[in-house]
Amino acid sequence: MIELWNALPLVIQILFKIAAIVLPLLGLVAYYTYAERKVIGYMQVRIGPNRVGWRGLLQPIADALKLMMKEIIIPTKADKTLFLLAPMLTIAPALAAWAVFPFDEGLVLADINAGLLYILALSSLGVYGIIIAGWASNSRYALLGAMRSAAQMVAYEIAMGFALVGVLVAAGSLNLGAIVAAQEGHLLTWFWLPLLPLFGVYLISGVAETNRAPFDVAEGESEIVAGFHVEYSGMAFAVFFLAEYANMVLIAALSALLFMGGWLSPLPQSWVEGNWLLNDGFHWLLLKTFFFMFLFLWLRATFPRYRYDQIMRLGWKVFIPITIVWILVVALAVVYRLPPWWSA
Amino acid sequence: MGFEKFLFYVLSLITVWSSVMVITRKNPVHSVLFLVLAFVASAALWVLLEAEFLGIVLILVYVGAVMVLFLFVVMMLDVDIATLRAGFIGYLPLGLLIAAVMAVEIFLIVGPANFGLAAFPSPEPAGVDASNTRDLGLLLYTVYVYPVEIAAVILLVAIVAAIRLTLRRRPDNKYVDPARQVRVRKGPDRVRLVSMATEDLAPAPAGATIADKGESQ
Repeated sequence: MIELWNALPLVIQILFKIAAIVLPLLGLVAYYTYAERKVIGYMQVRIGPNRVGWRGLLQPIADALKLMMKEIIIPTKADKTLFLLAPMLTIAPALAAWAVFPFDEGLVLADINAGLLYILALSSLGVYGIIIAGWASNSRYALLGAMRSAAQMVAYEIAMGFALVGVLVAAGSLNLGAIVAAQEGHLLTWFWLPLLPLFGVYLISGVAETNRAPFDVAEGESEIVAGFHVEYSGMAFAVFFLAEYANMVLIAALSALLFMGGWLSPLPQSWVEGNWLLNDGFHWLLLKTFFFMFLFLWLRATFPRYRYDQIMRLGWKVFIPITIVWILVVALAVVYRLPPWWSA
Repeated sequence: MGFEKFLFYVLSLITVWSSVMVITRKNPVHSVLFLVLAFVASAALWVLLEAEFLGIVLILVYVGAVMVLFLFVVMMLDVDIATLRAGFIGYLPLGLLIAAVMAVEIFLIVGPANFGLAAFPSPEPAGVDASNTRDLGLLLYTVYVYPVEIAAVILLVAIVAAIRLTLRRRPDNKYVDPARQVRVRKGPDRVRLVSMATEDLAPAPAGATIADKGESQ
């Protein structure tokens, strides 16, 4: 097998690796929508989908089939090229960001030095799909949704970027693998504790960046129908939907990687020697990611929607000052080698 | 080298083509989007030059933030193309003349005489482990620390000035401060308990209802 693998041309090898990342990701996204309906259903004392397949397990597949069968309606005065380009522009960065994501020690498609910067840059591109969709639809509701979304994403990107600056000061590297390696130890040496304010800001900004409840004014059903994607139907709508969930999975996985030690085990290394289940491994990353993914759903079921001016106030006047102060604190802690995180 | 050269030409073609599209499109939104494409292609060119930090920062800052705001403004404004293009033919000869002079000047300065392969032999490619970010940071914060600080102060002044320009209170504006709103406490601010004597309802005159009483207060 190994010989056969090595005999393949490099391009084919990379294509296989990309498929190995993207296909499970799309499956995860499909079942994340199912999990959302189930989890929120139980939180609201309902059962949720339970008709298609055992306990509704085939529901996402039925939904996908339904959306594929539907017609893609293009509004009469819409800018046709941009209208069709927008969903692609939304999903491409959400998937491309996974290229530098390490799943285990050394298990990464492109191990580049500026990995964190690359992810930041790609997640800042996601807003284009939304703005273009809103403008190209030639619809008032869509344009309003796009405007809200653009202002919100630009505001929270700054807070999010600053939170990541704190992480890279703490780790001393932009490489995602090296950032996990810098958290080596146990539950209390992970970055969530020394960077607790940044961790909170990152999580909340992540919810705002993905336009999820309670920050989902870009969709705002009660005021602007469905916001930027009100004119989209069929697969074009489904692609927006996929991109939103893929972004949520990405934010959840990044939170696990940057603040919760990624694939590291929460127990000290000396306790778990030889035990594959408790030792470091991909399953820990998966578990942490699932926890943050659950958090997204939990937030949606718990909080009412924020008012728009208060969203802006929270981003600009609360989060950005917090992050700036804490970057200074982290920098001082690193310079003066605060134990146990930077004693070495 | 072959593949790199091929990539270089493809990316250069995209950059030049999208730059031409920026100034020839009728729709300003399309122009802005082509400008974004030009930025992305030049970022890719920088990455090809092993300046990956600069390439990614170009995407992050210009494409991810500045151009989004550009697009924002262009979509909000109702740009009247007809009036903008009114004097196009009249100004064309002068414009062409200036463009030709500038092209000659650029050629004289960055032409093969000064910037040819003889003057700038292609540098040794950096090693796989070379960190662009670290090298740049070390240079910026040691050798060029004063220029960096001065640039930072200028940017800060610009930020303060921009904020000051947008701060104007109109008297007829019904603005409410969200910071004061979220500071409202449940007990003392939302509900006010007033202690008052119990009203005696019994001796009310016949025909008077509670609604009447409410109105008279």
